[in-house]
Amino acid sequence: MLNLPPEADPAVAAEVDSLVAEHGRDRGALLPVLQEVQRRHGEISDLAVQVVADRFGVPPVDVLGVVTFYRFLAGRRGRHVVRLCRTLSCAMAGADDIGARLERELGVPMGGTTDDGAVTVEWVHCIGQCDRAPAMLVDDDAVGDLDGDRAAETVAAVRARDRTLRDEVAVRVGPTDDQRSP
Amino acid sequence: MVVRVVPVLSAGVPAERRTRVLRVQSLLLALTVVVVTMAGPCRTQKRARSGPKTRAVDGTASIGSRQHSVRDREMAPMSVRTPMTLASIETGTGLQRALAQSPTDVVDVVDRSGIRGRGGAGFPTGRKWRLAADSPAPDGRRYVVCNADEGEPGTFKDRVLLADLPDLVLEGMTIAGYAIGATEGVVYLRGEYCYLRDGLVERIGARRAAGLLGNGVRPGFDFEIRLQLGSGAYVCGEETALLESLEGRRGQPRSRPPYPVTSGLHGAPTVVDNVETFAWVTAILAKGADWFSAVGTDRSTGPKLLSVSGDVARPGVYEFPLGVPIADVLAAAGGTDARAVVVGGAAGQCVPASLFGRTISFEDVSTGGAFIVIGPDRVLLDVAENIMEFFADESCGQCAPCRIGTVTILDGIRRLREGRCTPEHLERLVRLAGTMQVTSLCGLGQSSPDVFLSLLEHFPQDMRVPASPGLPAQLVPAGGGE
Amino acid sequence: MPVPARNAPSPGAGTSTTVSVTVDGTRIDVPAGVTILDAADSAGIRIPTLCHHPDLRDAGVCRVCVVEVAGQRGLQAACTYPVTDGVAVRTGSLRVTQARRDVVDLLLAEQAGDCPACLRYGRCELHDLAAEVGAGGLDCPAPEPGRLVDLLGPSVAVDLNACIGCLRCVRACAEVQGIGVLGVVGRGPSTQVSTYGGLPLSQVSCIDCGQCVSHCPTGALQAVDGTADVLAALADPTKHVVIQTAPAPRAAIGEEFGLPAGTAVTWQLNTALRMLGFERVFDTTFAADLTVIEEGTELLLRLYRALVQGDTAVALPQFTSCSPGWVKDLELRYPEYLANLSSCRSPQQMFGSLLKTWYAPAHGLDPADVVSVSLMPCTAKKFEAARPELTHDGRPDVDVALTTRELARMVRGRGIALTDLAPSDFDDPFGTATGSGVIFGVTGGVMESALRTVVEWVTGQPGEEYLTHADLAPVRGFDGVRYAEVTFDRVGPVPPILTGLLPDLEWLRGVTLRVAVAHGTANAHRVMEDIRAGGLFASCHFIEFMACPGGCLGGGGQPVPVTPAVRAARARAFYAEDEHYGATGRTRKSHENLALQRLYRDVLVDGPCGPTSRRLLHTTYTARGTYLPVGGEPGAEPAP
Repeated sequence: MLNLPPEADPAVAAEVDSLVAEHGRDRGALLPVLQEVQRRHGEISDLAVQVVADRFGVPPVDVLGVVTFYRFLAGRRGRHVVRLCRTLSCAMAGADDIGARLERELGVPMGGTTDDGAVTVEWVHCIGQCDRAPAMLVDDDAVGDLDGDRAAETVAAVRARDRTLRDEVAVRVGPTDDQRSP
Repeated sequence: MVVRVVPVLSAGVPAERRTRVLRVQSLLLALTVVVVTMAGPCRTQKRARSGPKTRAVDGTASIGSRQHSVRDREMAPMSVRTPMTLASIETGTGLQRALAQSPTDVVDVVDRSGIRGRGGAGFPTGRKWRLAADSPAPDGRRYVVCNADEGEPGTFKDRVLLADLPDLVLEGMTIAGYAIGATEGVVYLRGEYCYLRDGLVERIGARRAAGLLGNGVRPGFDFEIRLQLGSGAYVCGEETALLESLEGRRGQPRSRPPYPVTSGLHGAPTVVDNVETFAWVTAILAKGADWFSAVGTDRSTGPKLLSVSGDVARPGVYEFPLGVPIADVLAAAGGTDARAVVVGGAAGQCVPASLFGRTISFEDVSTGGAFIVIGPDRVLLDVAENIMEFFADESCGQCAPCRIGTVTILDGIRRLREGRCTPEHLERLVRLAGTMQVTSLCGLGQSSPDVFLSLLEHFPQDMRVPASPGLPAQLVPAGGGE
Repeated sequence: MPVPARNAPSPGAGTSTTVSVTVDGTRIDVPAGVTILDAADSAGIRIPTLCHHPDLRDAGVCRVCVVEVAGQRGLQAACTYPVTDGVAVRTGSLRVTQARRDVVDLLLAEQAGDCPACLRYGRCELHDLAAEVGAGGLDCPAPEPGRLVDLLGPSVAVDLNACIGCLRCVRACAEVQGIGVLGVVGRGPSTQVSTYGGLPLSQVSCIDCGQCVSHCPTGALQAVDGTADVLAALADPTKHVVIQTAPAPRAAIGEEFGLPAGTAVTWQLNTALRMLGFERVFDTTFAADLTVIEEGTELLLRLYRALVQGDTAVALPQFTSCSPGWVKDLELRYPEYLANLSSCRSPQQMFGSLLKTWYAPAHGLDPADVVSVSLMPCTAKKFEAARPELTHDGRPDVDVALTTRELARMVRGRGIALTDLAPSDFDDPFGTATGSGVIFGVTGGVMESALRTVVEWVTGQPGEEYLTHADLAPVRGFDGVRYAEVTFDRVGPVPPILTGLLPDLEWLRGVTLRVAVAHGTANAHRVMEDIRAGGLFASCHFIEFMACPGGCLGGGGQPVPVTPAVRAARARAFYAEDEHYGATGRTRKSHENLALQRLYRDVLVDGPCGPTSRRLLHTTYTARGTYLPVGGEPGAEPAP
């Protein structure tokens, strides 16, 4: 019996339950549910893992095994994710230089997240943009034919959009807890 | 550390030879390299999480230096560089013709076309469909799965198909469903192609509205398609790992047999086919089996989409008939100064310039589409390392040969670069590579050492193969390398 | 469930179709769809394996059992490859032996443990395999650090630096036990077996059953070692060290000395224990008889309250509580059913309680100087012994619970040739056992013992006329669960021992007692789900639950390897000892145990389930739940 402690955030279980209602509770729905949690929160929290495990009737370590298997599900990321390809065609096209430039622009090493939680930048393997190498994924978009400037401009635009959005939200609702800040 | 390279005598490797397990003697060619090696076994530290290597050695270009500047690259609409037969196929005709025949006849048409899977494995599609149709379905269910987890490095032709010709793919899935008696199809779309999801969902909805999906596509034939996204795992392109992922588990390949056609998704007979395969099936039903097999070779019928990238002026998707010589592809793409081509992606092989007369076909040099051109100034050790890093990262980790073998060979590649790989250790690595090829649980592990081995065979000088003292003179072949 | 590489059965598997296969030139006819491994085995051809285990669904991950299959380019894993008609297999060609050697080399390279310091040194399946195939010396990068090491116990010690990824523990925990606290996390080179978040076993919902230990081929998982404490006590002249031994270890410890499974060495073991320095050697089955009396009485009292007094709050069915792994499982996963657990302590703990409260003063000993040791087949007994409510004056009733394997190490360590020893008897006053108590160690044994007594109490007729162990019938759809009914077609007077507790037994006339037996916690969970849903088992009155498959004889502390054949052999030893008791005129019913009768006369004077018994021999339980309090980072990132 999963006996959540009183201090556990009820929103987590509520969200999992609504996702299960939408996708079903047979095991085939596990990945879509986990993907959605990750998409909304930038991570799949330990509490979410346990609730998901309980709802699907599988052991928690089993769900953790699924989460840690898939690159996009594991770990914690900022509000925006930049994924730079490092596999052969992109490497030959100079991905390493792009990576160094991004690190400079964002002030974090590859794999890191900016202090304000806005952007995570990380290496990934072939994203199928080899004809536009070097290329990266920026959230749900692919950006190819990169050079250092274009890459820098892209992430700068992402940060600017993020700032604007957050300023708008702040104006509308006032200070809020940011569940995605580090 | 000084590396002194003596020109290598050419090996005259026979064109027909295809080496799966490399013999030691063929490595240790008449190559004399003076190296400084570290004595004794060495346990390397866990490698740093770094990007691709760009360190230039001896002033030669590193893997990272571009031959063709991005700004100079000739852009192409749709990323397609040749006329595309599939773009000329009218959607709807294929399905119409299929539904006018019996399911068995549809399978016959596909069979007669000789089409083989376009994802890389090349299993005859008609035979796959027949096996699935004939396998007992315990609870009456069968499935059609579209493998859109295009993760093989250098492959992007499915990306283009799904972006620009999605209806052909969906139609092909529907034809398959009709042929094998399935009512449900799933498109497993790699997470890296998430920008294609909305478009596909829209097309699925439109087809449903048009009665091309859903209940009563034809009286007695209901067919629904849903989409599921991957989450960043190359191994899920392996069909049984894909099924594991669809079933909500770690994407670890299954032991085979049984194959998916017998026991696939949820234990039911399942056809798992590549995006391009489904698109061609639609064309075959529309235009006829003979139309398809008029092109290509006897054992590799039909056209094939290739994804050309790397050191070429015109990267992009190319359509060629199977059986096309590699040199022709290079000419079309503007890469005639290439030193080698990695055909078939990381899981493929490295073909040296001397063998550019070989053809792209299942019986010769096979590929799912990846065609990565290596220019003359590339550091081949870096190429080897890049590929091996890929496999070490993407290995699912189930079986020891792949889980441990990949990092061991990666370590060996680094030792070769640093000049501290002893001949004995290299011999051991080559043997280990052979073991991986025959004992790994799935194709990822089995093919992971192939590029490394082909680089050793064709470019021992570049790969800094150390000399073995005491090698009998008669074992040194008359030629070698490029 | 973390089941790797799932296989649906091949079409034709288990059907009557026979196919002809050739293994190493020998033609064999086997059922279609069986694996190459099974086909070869039926012809007496042995193929080395590692991740294969007869208890478990095959994963095919270690690649040790690879063989050549004609027509296949690569080698195939014999444990998962189904045969078809005409298939030709070679198990020992040069290609195969070379590949196998390389695979074992890789597995050896995977380990980062310190072999000579490992308790399984010399008894390690990996080393045996390495010696067999001639492996050694592949220079590989060290595996990624950070593997789980959990030495906190109290029952199972974990050092996954010795893990080779065979996943037998994961499968045993998930499939056999339905517990699933071990899983595979990460991917590629960072793949490793772990608990949730790398938490110690004591903090995840582990039940301490030790099935992971008994399936592990190396020293990665072991029982917590209590031998040092025991040896120190034995060497301490101020301590009076006594040991109680359970029947299951006695039926199996001979395997550690080369005897075939199922050879009981009870009497020689007594001699060995005295040679080790134990001052008294007692028989746990005495306390097993005690448990029967107490628990049988408890059952009748529950039935009386339910059937006669109409008390709807009475929890039925009553669950046995002598399996500490099962008790912990219920506390974790079904805490709402705690009231169904018999309040009786286990025999081990009843014994310990009497040792510290009655035996010590009766022999002029300070309980603080009495060291109470037990020999158990069970790793969960270590957890049980450390339960805070099972103490007196702050001291545990059982100081150290040793597993069969630990005691075997102690005996070997002293150079004692167990099988050459002369037999000797147990010590009084706890040396008298009955046939009933002896069969506690096999699944169904507790139920049968209890019924022998209860039936005789109720009917006045011998219990064995109503029930033999063949009458517990399997329940369809519930592997490992059996069900039986006993109808009381006659009742007798209230037996003397129950005088004052029940006015008469008329209310049981014509009543059908419904009982069930489940072993392996995966089966226990199925029964619990059925009870929750109001099914057959909800209508039972008494259910015996054993955490381990086969019952205690298959416990996590028993000699390894353990297989269905080994369990069956051990079970035969139990029933043979039971019959031997009958044949030699010793009683086979707990209530006829004379020493037990003396105990009730002299010590437990207010009778079974009376205040004295409740104080000394009964206990309470703790609702736990399965929430895992993890503070830090969510699921770790896989390699880059």
